[in-house]
Amino acid sequence: MSEQAPHVGFFVTCLVDLMRPSVGFAAIRLMEDAGCRVSVPDDQTCCGQPAYNTGDRADAVAIAKRVIERFEGFDYTVLPSGSCAGMICKHYPELFADDPDWQDRADALAAKTHELTSFLVDILWVREVPGDFRGKVTYHDSCSGLRELGVKAQPRALLEGVDGLELVEAEKSETCCGFGGSFCVKYPDISGAMVGDKADDIIATGADMVLAGDMGCLLNIAGRLSEKGAKTQVRHVAEVLAGFGDSAAIGRGGKD
Amino acid sequence: MEPTSHKFTQNARRAIGDDRLQAALANFTTTFPKKRLDVISRLPEFDDLRDEGVAIKKHVHANLDFYLERFEARVIEQGGTVHWCRDAQEARETIFGLCRAAGAKTVTKSKSMIGEEIAINEHLEAGGIEAVETDLGEYIIQIRGESPSHILVPAIHLTGEDIADTFKEKHTQLPADRDLGEPDAILREARAVLREKFLAADVGLSGANMLIAETGSVVVVTNEGNADLVMNLPKTHIVLASIEKVMPTLEDAATILRLLARSATGQDITAYTTFATGPARRGETDGPQDFHVVLLDNGRTEMLAGEFKDMLRCIRCGACLNHCPVYASVGGHAYGWVYSGPMGKVLTPNILGAHKAADLPNASTFCGKCEEICPMRIPLPRMMRHWRERQFVSGKGAAAKGKSGLKLWAWLAKRPPLYRLAASAAAGFLRILGRGKGRIGRLPVAEGRTFQALYRENGSKEQ
Repeated sequence: MSEQAPHVGFFVTCLVDLMRPSVGFAAIRLMEDAGCRVSVPDDQTCCGQPAYNTGDRADAVAIAKRVIERFEGFDYTVLPSGSCAGMICKHYPELFADDPDWQDRADALAAKTHELTSFLVDILWVREVPGDFRGKVTYHDSCSGLRELGVKAQPRALLEGVDGLELVEAEKSETCCGFGGSFCVKYPDISGAMVGDKADDIIATGADMVLAGDMGCLLNIAGRLSEKGAKTQVRHVAEVLAGFGDSAAIGRGGKD
Repeated sequence: MEPTSHKFTQNARRAIGDDRLQAALANFTTTFPKKRLDVISRLPEFDDLRDEGVAIKKHVHANLDFYLERFEARVIEQGGTVHWCRDAQEARETIFGLCRAAGAKTVTKSKSMIGEEIAINEHLEAGGIEAVETDLGEYIIQIRGESPSHILVPAIHLTGEDIADTFKEKHTQLPADRDLGEPDAILREARAVLREKFLAADVGLSGANMLIAETGSVVVVTNEGNADLVMNLPKTHIVLASIEKVMPTLEDAATILRLLARSATGQDITAYTTFATGPARRGETDGPQDFHVVLLDNGRTEMLAGEFKDMLRCIRCGACLNHCPVYASVGGHAYGWVYSGPMGKVLTPNILGAHKAADLPNASTFCGKCEEICPMRIPLPRMMRHWRERQFVSGKGAAAKGKSGLKLWAWLAKRPPLYRLAASAAAGFLRILGRGKGRIGRLPVAEGRTFQALYRENGSKEQ
């Protein structure tokens, strides 16, 4: 690898760290294949979004400062999540509106932080990926990635490069799945109704697999699909792109 | 109508279990967004219009006193009167006084959410004055004793069958065996009943979509034409409007009108757009003899001075309701008051008080759809977050629930070595729990080891 290889600080995100390590390894493989030098700081924790969305601004600010300090030295910061990337890109700058020094640092980090698929497509110009999958796949557009970062065409462009994969669009691919972090705990009835609609919409496509770029949505969707007895597999898009599609799908490990 | 916003969670649960309501919602929440998209795709400058609309509103709100006083001066020049009301109580008393002075027995009303906000019908009825809603949807919910479930289509929670049943129950003067199976039959019956009220009314009470400072006009849009009969037939016309509705010029109003119907119902323009300016002039045969404008503050000035200022740009198009997945799941009544959906989540705590609507700003996934489609680009999720921040600081409300757990997590998140230990323990624990049975088994199954642990152990080539 050349000296000029872009140095990426990989922000694993809580849910990938805790629930689905293979997504992290898939993301690293995709970035390394595209010529990046990838580092994974071992003192990273969370982006602070749970605090921010619960109204705990003080902790959100404290956590954001740690993230800025830890990641500002890299050429890029990349996250396998539109929601966590959106937190850094769109909300960190808002957090420091009254603090010019930190505001500049937050802006600088925001400018070089990317959600994984948009980093691959928009920055690295990746079009070929190692993955292959024989079957029909549908894609759920996670809210923050879609609306805060404009992630829509990028995962689809990459999926086009996956051998054997046929992409079928769901009618409501852009409708929220009802996860919403603590929302699904505080309002389980509403969240349940929303993910019920989402699962029906996915099942109606007849796809063998549903993909998305955010673990929160995927865990939520996987839970409801399995309750409905649907055979649809659930995976993070990075896993399919990187060719990590042989392991158990999300929510299936030990349950099948 | 007594607000039930503080019971949002219970209201929502009931709504989700109501099959008839769910059928009505499913139909409506797919058709409105499609219509909006169709009509916008034919107007390439729609996004520029939004920017223009936002700029006009920002300018007005920065100079609100100036435009309101200018509006008042123009109304007076035309022979009308303006009444300034600080809160709902003042507005109710003012309107009641005006109706009394006009010797009113019957008041016809065109749809006004401000009227719902101050519960004017109940107040008039209590004083022995009959108040009749003339917008079909509002009329239906009025005779059912309900509140609107949508600011634009107030009876959207009902099916045709529900409405036919209500008419048969309430219109006892008509033959019981008449056929109301077709929407047209329902419409004909409502028209016949309301026609008598239009002719009998002594006072017409309308809302206003906008107030025009340069001319002293009020602008009212409808699809039924009922507002024109309310404004023109009775001897007295009372306009009820909140202060943020003022616009500098007719041209500015035209910009807002181009945004309003497209965002609201997916129409290029509504069937009726009426500009009413003062009482009838000498020699004019149509129009009221008396013209009054009741200007209501009810918390707006306070909003203007704080972090909810952007909310005052709202033009009540209802697009955020039509596109909200939470609204689509629970309908408008779950929100417990006049304003529902995302705009209600921000507005209701501002008007009723934060403690009476504590759940509303929390019951959002922050999916951002409302902000995406809002013609006035109101950052609705950000406004909801402001409410959550206040709740978290004060320790009261749904945002403060689970505060100690969140604090513990945040404490860990600031201490990476401890965080890693805790994450490893949690990953193992979730693997066991996720394989369990019953409710616990619904938890997603973790793989048992954290990414960080596997990465440190095996390096980056590990799958």
